[in-house]
Amino acid sequence: MAYSFPVEVLEHIFSFIDSDNDRNAVSLVCKSWYEIERWCRRKIFIGNCYAVTPRIMIRRFPELRSVSLKGKPHFADFNLVPEGWGGYVDPWVLAMGRAYPFLEELRLKRMVVSDEALEMVSKSFKNFKVLVLSSCEGFTTDGLASIAANCRNLRELDLRESDVEDLGGNWLSCFPESCTSLVSLNISCLGSDWSLQSLSALERLVGRSPNLRRLRLNRAVPLDKLANLLRRAPQLVELGTGTFSSELRPDVFSNLSGAFSGCKELKALSGFWDAVPSHLPAVYTICSGLTSLNLSDANIQSSDLVKLISECQNLQRLWVFDYIEDSGLEALAESCKNLQELRVFPSDPYAMEPNVTLTEQGLVAVSEGCPKLESVLYFCRQFTNNALFTIAKNRPNLTRFRLCIIEPRTPDYITLEPLDAGFGAIVQNCKELRRLSLSGLLTDRVFEHIGTHAKKLEMLSIAFAGDSDLGLYHVLSGCKSLRKLEIRDCPFGDKALLANAAKLETMRSLWMSSCLVSFEACKLLGQKMPRLNVEVIDERGPPDSRPESYPVEKLYIYRSVAGPRLDMPAFVWTMDEELALRLS
Amino acid sequence: MEGISKEEEKKLELRLGPPGQEEETSFSFGCLSSSMSNNSTNSAKRVFSEAIEMKTGEEGWINLNSDDGNHQHQKLWSSSSANFHGKIQHQQQQTKASFLQFPKASQSLPVMAKESSQACCNKVVDLQRQSAAEKKPFSPSSANTAVSNVSQKRTAPAPVVGWPPIRSFRKNLSSSSPLKPSPDSQSALPDEVASKKPVETCRKGLFVKINMDGVPIGRKVDLMAYDCYDKLSSAVDELFRGLLAAQRDSSAGGKQSNQEATPVTGLLDRSGEYTLVYEDNEGDRMLVGDVPWHMFISTAKRLRVLKTSEVSGLSCEC
Repeated sequence: MAYSFPVEVLEHIFSFIDSDNDRNAVSLVCKSWYEIERWCRRKIFIGNCYAVTPRIMIRRFPELRSVSLKGKPHFADFNLVPEGWGGYVDPWVLAMGRAYPFLEELRLKRMVVSDEALEMVSKSFKNFKVLVLSSCEGFTTDGLASIAANCRNLRELDLRESDVEDLGGNWLSCFPESCTSLVSLNISCLGSDWSLQSLSALERLVGRSPNLRRLRLNRAVPLDKLANLLRRAPQLVELGTGTFSSELRPDVFSNLSGAFSGCKELKALSGFWDAVPSHLPAVYTICSGLTSLNLSDANIQSSDLVKLISECQNLQRLWVFDYIEDSGLEALAESCKNLQELRVFPSDPYAMEPNVTLTEQGLVAVSEGCPKLESVLYFCRQFTNNALFTIAKNRPNLTRFRLCIIEPRTPDYITLEPLDAGFGAIVQNCKELRRLSLSGLLTDRVFEHIGTHAKKLEMLSIAFAGDSDLGLYHVLSGCKSLRKLEIRDCPFGDKALLANAAKLETMRSLWMSSCLVSFEACKLLGQKMPRLNVEVIDERGPPDSRPESYPVEKLYIYRSVAGPRLDMPAFVWTMDEELALRLS
Repeated sequence: MEGISKEEEKKLELRLGPPGQEEETSFSFGCLSSSMSNNSTNSAKRVFSEAIEMKTGEEGWINLNSDDGNHQHQKLWSSSSANFHGKIQHQQQQTKASFLQFPKASQSLPVMAKESSQACCNKVVDLQRQSAAEKKPFSPSSANTAVSNVSQKRTAPAPVVGWPPIRSFRKNLSSSSPLKPSPDSQSALPDEVASKKPVETCRKGLFVKINMDGVPIGRKVDLMAYDCYDKLSSAVDELFRGLLAAQRDSSAGGKQSNQEATPVTGLLDRSGEYTLVYEDNEGDRMLVGDVPWHMFISTAKRLRVLKTSEVSGLSCEC
């Protein structure tokens, strides 16, 4: 019985429970457990910042130390979400500044962050330790200067892939000399032009951070500075180089090589901007320890890539350009038997004709040779159903499979059939599949397969696929675990959406752009489903200036207990009660 | 759509609840069950994980009759060959349900005209321009021929926003043309290095911000999607024309009829109401159009559309 345990005992037990799902389950047992749990929860993850309000979060969890928030939908990465849509962190920071003086960690993804918000963070939380801004925007190096200057115990500053306005100035020198706590610094997204002052500030900072384990530099850091940095931080576990090109004289080369060999803990390498192949051997000494290699910023050709990769027998993750070609992937399959994750990016995505020989063969080879392969992102120009059958047969342990055939609606290039059967084999065999992105010519049949078999699928991305609403219906009615669904340029309309409206409350969000959902249906959905926010994103002016049966440009639906949001720009239309009354 | 058996009805029931739940629960729009209001907490998680009691006899499905002849709206985006239309009846909540049947065989469900799916692909679906002459009939049996219609026979595909799905930073940085494999001899000689400097004109996918006077919403344009100033100018026109019209409508207070948005012309020669300028990598503001195109895209950091009356003294003749 719950009441026979002192609260302290329960709290102590709960302190061992870390996972969000488990915590949520604990809170549902009974009222007293709910109360105890909410007072001792320290960490929260909010997958959609508009699903809940700061006030609700603070009211339920008064003692948080770590908050993670995500803002814009995933397709914002590809410029499909107009600027000004939302995802502002400022109201959150304002509220948390008052409610959580002991906040230590803030992790944001795809949010708009202002310099003022950064300043507030730096001044409101005395024990602030971790700031991760992933794919964020809206701030400048002035905001970073506040963080550097005021956060006395900063451990992590990670700006991965954010869009930061570089105002010049020397924000790195704002870290006080007394700051020695840095464990992780990722500034790889910053610009390519830095002053000598900035570079020396960086060197001094690295030099006085004995706990620094992860350092990702930006392109501005020249190769001849890298050796100095490495010598000051031989304890690094992860390194992102700056530019990897220069006039590399023999003595500079051996200096660099020696510096690398001093970093015996290095497990992950990235960066390599402008890499010149002849410089690559400088890293050979540490290759055997590498588990992660990110060459997706390096324009290195296949033969040099193969030389490098064959030194990395323990590789678990490889990100690379399609310069690697089928032959390089075959070599990869031979050397790297521990490979778990492969991402191949297109070097020339807009060319009509392929510039490299990267086909389905490469991926098939890796699927055959690498038994632990579970995560794939692959851009290429041709594929076949047979190749997909083979991959599915070889690798039933796939959990993430994202295939992007660059030209929309490309059929199996040998049989000219749709790729329905191939993807069907993937979902049928790979029972643990959690994430899937489709491409190529696809009919409604592929969605029938997905609805029938992809029971653990959590995220599905669809583009230029399907014939009718039946496709969407299969997905919404069949995929039990679906949380995020994003669709563009598919002939999916009102029927499937409305027939499966309740499903939408079990998901985090649905994005549909350039589809055939009418404004009428959106209104209906918004009116009937009070716990869904139905956002019509349309830059052509008010939707009621067109016939209601016209399809909307973009549609973003997400479940929320926060009600309609108050920060919508002019091109976002929703159904609040007032509007609903007016229009009905 | 009439006479649905109990079994089929069960299959089409909406389900609310966490995935994997075995019990038969269903959710009807019009009647949020009273068990909902018993919630003593407002926590999001509890709301979503709670199963809703089934209310038998209560209806409220969204009604989609496809068999009535009320074509009140001219559907410009579906071709004449489709029987299918997504017309929604404005039913009251308590109306008797009639479920839409989704037969297993996909053939029996009329498919959307291919034309409408092609219309989806265009950046801005300008429905008023769709003409009957452009529509092509589509039938599933001619899938192969349909394929050849959309195969890569196109020589110059229109740039599709956000496709292929690659992050902008990834495109901007993959600037250099591929370097030749290194010779087997080790040391890099200075001239070898110099010849491998990235060639800026090969840069792909260069998104820069663009703002227009009087329009609070900024946008981004991909300079690499164009190869000359005229194309850029017409893209800017398209981008902002609709926004300007919307602003004019809303500031005029109320619903205007669909007046055609006036084109934004004369951006390059100062003959129009607006002029296109840019900020270069040194922070200077310059008129667009004076330098050769490849030089422009390698130095332009940001674009602005200013009222021509405010563009004064910007001279690029050196």
